[in-house]
Amino acid sequence: MLKVDDINVYYGNIQALKGVSLEVKEGEIVTLIGANGAGKSTLLKTLSGLLKPKSGTIHYLDGSISGKAPQSIVKTGISHVPEGRRVFANMSVEENLELGAYLRKNTKEIRKDMEHVYELFPRLQERRKQISGTLSGGEQQMLAMGRAIMAKPKLLLLDEPSMGLAPLMVKNIFQIIEKINREGTTILLVEQNANMALSIADRAYVIETGKVVVSGSASELQSSEQIKKAYLGGH
Amino acid sequence: MEWLQQIINGISLGSIYALIALGYTMVYGIIKLINFAHGDVFMVGAFVGFYAITGFGLGFFPALILSMVICAIFGVLIERIAYKPLRNATRIAALITAIGMSLLIEYGVIYVRGAQPEAYPNVLPNTTINVFGAQISSQSLFILGISVALMIILQFIVHKTKIGKAMRAVSHDMDAARLMGINVDNTISATFAIGSGLAGAAGVIFGVYYTKIEPLMGVIPGLKAFVAAVLGGIGIIPGAMVGGLLLGVIESIVSAAGFSLWRDAAAFVILILILIFRPSGIFGKNTREKV
Ligand SMILES: Nc1ncnc2c1ncn2[C@@H]1O[C@H](COP(=O)(O)OP(=O)(O)OP(=O)(O)O)[C@@H](O)[C@H]1O
Ligand SMILES: [Mg+2]
Repeated sequence: MLKVDDINVYYGNIQALKGVSLEVKEGEIVTLIGANGAGKSTLLKTLSGLLKPKSGTIHYLDGSISGKAPQSIVKTGISHVPEGRRVFANMSVEENLELGAYLRKNTKEIRKDMEHVYELFPRLQERRKQISGTLSGGEQQMLAMGRAIMAKPKLLLLDEPSMGLAPLMVKNIFQIIEKINREGTTILLVEQNANMALSIADRAYVIETGKVVVSGSASELQSSEQIKKAYLGGH
Repeated sequence: MEWLQQIINGISLGSIYALIALGYTMVYGIIKLINFAHGDVFMVGAFVGFYAITGFGLGFFPALILSMVICAIFGVLIERIAYKPLRNATRIAALITAIGMSLLIEYGVIYVRGAQPEAYPNVLPNTTINVFGAQISSQSLFILGISVALMIILQFIVHKTKIGKAMRAVSHDMDAARLMGINVDNTISATFAIGSGLAGAAGVIFGVYYTKIEPLMGVIPGLKAFVAAVLGGIGIIPGAMVGGLLLGVIESIVSAAGFSLWRDAAAFVILILILIFRPSGIFGKNTREKV
């Protein structure tokens, strides 16, 4: 479904991704784990078009999306839930969800999908009219995910959905990620919470200072001594 | 009853400031640029209205609408030609470009038609209405009515339409807006179009009300509208409306109190006071600028 081949991405003169290749197959949950500053967010931003790779190719479905503008990438069915949620804090929950469906025309289907988001996240329904800046961190994460789903993505990019959340909320969010995946959306999940991420993922990539250093099935990585030591807290 | 009259005059003047201030504030809200050429778009609007009325014999409303449309296009051209290439440049570079743009428009107009002023044709009936003993010109009420109507339309656009929601999203978080599939460039252009269209309307209204226009007429009202935008809280739409009206009323009161020579100074005293005591303006949250 998605095939990233040898991409190099720079911020000015600083190279953040050094020849990264990875693949996501339809229906999978693939997780990308790595320490702070490894380049995880940079990769997702490149996939959604916020950054342009200097070289390398990104193949998605049956075309290339490298260097395309974000709005054309959204149109092809890739939604990106950015790190730190980035909800439109001055707008209501409902307005945020409407913006998620910005490129869609069919208002009837949009309404239906909004109901579906409210089913996935009943908390959001209770707070439909609330200004989203006043939501709790967990609720904002739900809103950011709901907003991305409103675009009807085939591939959902999630950047550290567990960041800053209480364990119970993390569990809740991860259950919903699995549910979204079962409903047919492919997922690329960036996480620092490697334990949680590996527990729901099919496959995983480990990234260090801009390079993919390990990849394999989630269960392989869970049992690898090296990974346990570096990312799973050593037990 | 002199006072009531002065206050009504102040509100009319203030509604013109408010229309101009809206453009400043909307553009600032979306790209964090003080568009110093905005006062000159107002001037161009006054001239478009003037030529539409005297040259083509249009009435007030057709001239108003023509001026709004032409200024909207003009605003988009300014943005595309002068500001867009500098989107990732430093803010000071963009600011200097805006000042350059302002001078270019002013002296461009002088080059094309000369610096002589024009007397605006009288296209609105003007009778005097007696309200509680105050003599109020029907024109000032009419002007106030049009300004208020334009502001209501603007509020509707910003809050209820798709482009309005996109404008708010982009001004809040440009990258997050991109991830929604919003075309940021088009949204910024739409913001310039709307802001400049309002300035064009203000130009025509100003011409009809004060009857004299000239190529440098945008400088002082432009600066005052900027003060009004800062007073209300730059980037905040209702702030620009309230700031404009407030400034107009304050100026009128200063004149009425016998300090008419100080009238222009009042705006700048206010600017200095806000910058010292409440830099984020009446409606702004007093927080540090976000990075
Ligand atoms: N806007 C930027 N300008 C310059 N350098 C940047 C910028 N954003 C990120 N970087 C650098 O690129 C590298 C990768 O950053 P990135 O945000 O992709 O890391 P990450 O893996 O997502 O980290 P975290 O887990 O902290 O979110 C880091 O060294 C970072 O300092
Ligand atoms: Mg990151």
